[in-house]
Amino acid sequence: MHYSFFSLLQNALTGHRGWTPTWRDAEPKGAYDVIIIGAGGHGLATAYYLAKEHGIRNVAVLEKGWLGSGNIGRNTTIIRSNYLLPGNIVFYEWSMKLWERLEQDFNYNAMVSQRGVLNLYHSDGQRDVYARRGNAMRLHGVDADLLDRDQVRAMLPFLNFDDARFPIHGGLLQKRGGTARHDAVAWGYARGASDRGVDIVQNCEVTGFVIENGRITGVETTRGKILAKKVGLSVAGNSSRVAALAGMRLPIESHVIQAFVSEGVKPLIPNVITFGAGHFYISQSDKGGLVFGGDLDGYKSYAQRGNLPTVRDVCEGGVALMPMIGRVRILRNWGGIMDMSADGSPIIDKTPVEGLYLNAGWNYGGFKAVPAAGWCFAHLNARDEPHSAAAAFRLDRFARGAVLDEKGQGPQPNLH
Amino acid sequence: MRIPCPFCGPRDVSEFVTLGEATGPRPDPAAPDAAEKFFAYAYLRSNPAGPSEEHWYHALGCRSWLKVVRDTRTHEIESAALAREGAR
Ligand SMILES: Cc1cc2nc3c(=O)[nH]c(=O)nc-3n(C[C@H](O)[C@H](O)[C@H](O)COP(=O)(O)OP(=O)(O)OC[C@H]3O[C@@H](n4cnc5c(N)ncnc54)[C@H](O)[C@@H]3O)c2cc1C
Ligand SMILES: [Zn+2]
Repeated sequence: MHYSFFSLLQNALTGHRGWTPTWRDAEPKGAYDVIIIGAGGHGLATAYYLAKEHGIRNVAVLEKGWLGSGNIGRNTTIIRSNYLLPGNIVFYEWSMKLWERLEQDFNYNAMVSQRGVLNLYHSDGQRDVYARRGNAMRLHGVDADLLDRDQVRAMLPFLNFDDARFPIHGGLLQKRGGTARHDAVAWGYARGASDRGVDIVQNCEVTGFVIENGRITGVETTRGKILAKKVGLSVAGNSSRVAALAGMRLPIESHVIQAFVSEGVKPLIPNVITFGAGHFYISQSDKGGLVFGGDLDGYKSYAQRGNLPTVRDVCEGGVALMPMIGRVRILRNWGGIMDMSADGSPIIDKTPVEGLYLNAGWNYGGFKAVPAAGWCFAHLNARDEPHSAAAAFRLDRFARGAVLDEKGQGPQPNLH
Repeated sequence: MRIPCPFCGPRDVSEFVTLGEATGPRPDPAAPDAAEKFFAYAYLRSNPAGPSEEHWYHALGCRSWLKVVRDTRTHEIESAALAREGAR
């Protein structure tokens, strides 16, 4: 069913009885051309582009829980392309371009809001680093504006500019950055894929791979064996566990990151703001809740919940930056498990097993990547060669010493 | 999460830093397969869901390196010993 003003009007006049389910909850068939493991943002986008851009429709997305139960429903919804390294900028800018036309493309309201992402700086040294990143972005045709203190003050007068330790000197603004409705992104891609014949199978955990002579021929699942010519792994946070079923060890650790939402308040935070001197970033949802978060808890975890010291650290950062939120009450907080990769950048590549493809290592930044990751992973699956926008995301880059380390932290996943 | 430091007793996790998996000793740089070994040593992780051996440093305490066995599914800590006491 096509959504439009007309369909809304028609249903409004007929008591809203004409709406059909957004996507089909499928039973697994015995065999597919392509199986994608994981119905998160990445898996669903991959299936959508496989069907839409490559005409490959005999596809199943297998999900161990329910659609959207992973990080796609847990993130803080920030989209941006303000990266430094060429291999990253090209990819994230492609994703931003896809975001800009996504809603028309899949005919679904994903509430993409280009409200701007502002990274604050608090010292001369940090200003230089941001200026460099802004210049790198502009050289790649990405918008970036380096703001001084007065320009930031005009935008966000409520910030604590004169903090004794971390005064605000200015910020790097990407106006085209912003937020999108995370659940709607999953639903929109699910609907687009399902309408084109893709089977989305829930409560179907992949427990093993069927490999014959070094080639994938199917997967073992909690709902039986399912054959496939090609299999794509897109299980954010669980990549090491699932890859281990095919005998692989990855340059990845699983870590928990927490997020928070406050009670609803009147419109207050006009864009996305990140504190450059502590672990805190914030935006405000259309419902009025302040959505914020900080850094990883710092140790490996599959528990999907974090600990209190991080809660305190994030709240201290928030109150230092904008004292006015000191009395706002937190409604909910939660954690999600992410793949932290050894250089802080992702992997979209083939694996040593023929026909098995890997999309992993998205750290805490894989939501903004959903459209381009789906696009490039579908391309890899369909054509057996990397897409140019993801050419740097190779699995062998670690062994080659060609790491993509934005922060220069070295091979320690919890520091990226 | 509290870590039972053998020297200081149970202390809050915020006093510690972790280096992640206790991957075993540094490879021999003179070995013929040193490049391959160092790649695995520096980059690859087992990353198990379950009990996992990790190195933790009691930075705001006795400043000892510990070898901690911790379940990554529950954060439950099975044991913590001084790292220098076991094989490194
Ligand atoms: C608190 C938090 C805040 C974040 N904030 C941002 C942000 O502001 N901006 C941003 O860009 N990114 C953000 N991220 C990161 C982003 O959410 C993730 O990188 C991204 O969602 C991961 O891709 P996905 O959507 O495909 O993952 P998921 O939704 O986690 O999908 C993976 C799916 O695989 C399934 N699965 C796992 N194992 C199996 C198996 N064996 N068989 C079948 N299915 C399996 C899981 O159940 C899951 O549904 C944040 C993450 C968290 C946790
Ligand atoms: Zn101690």
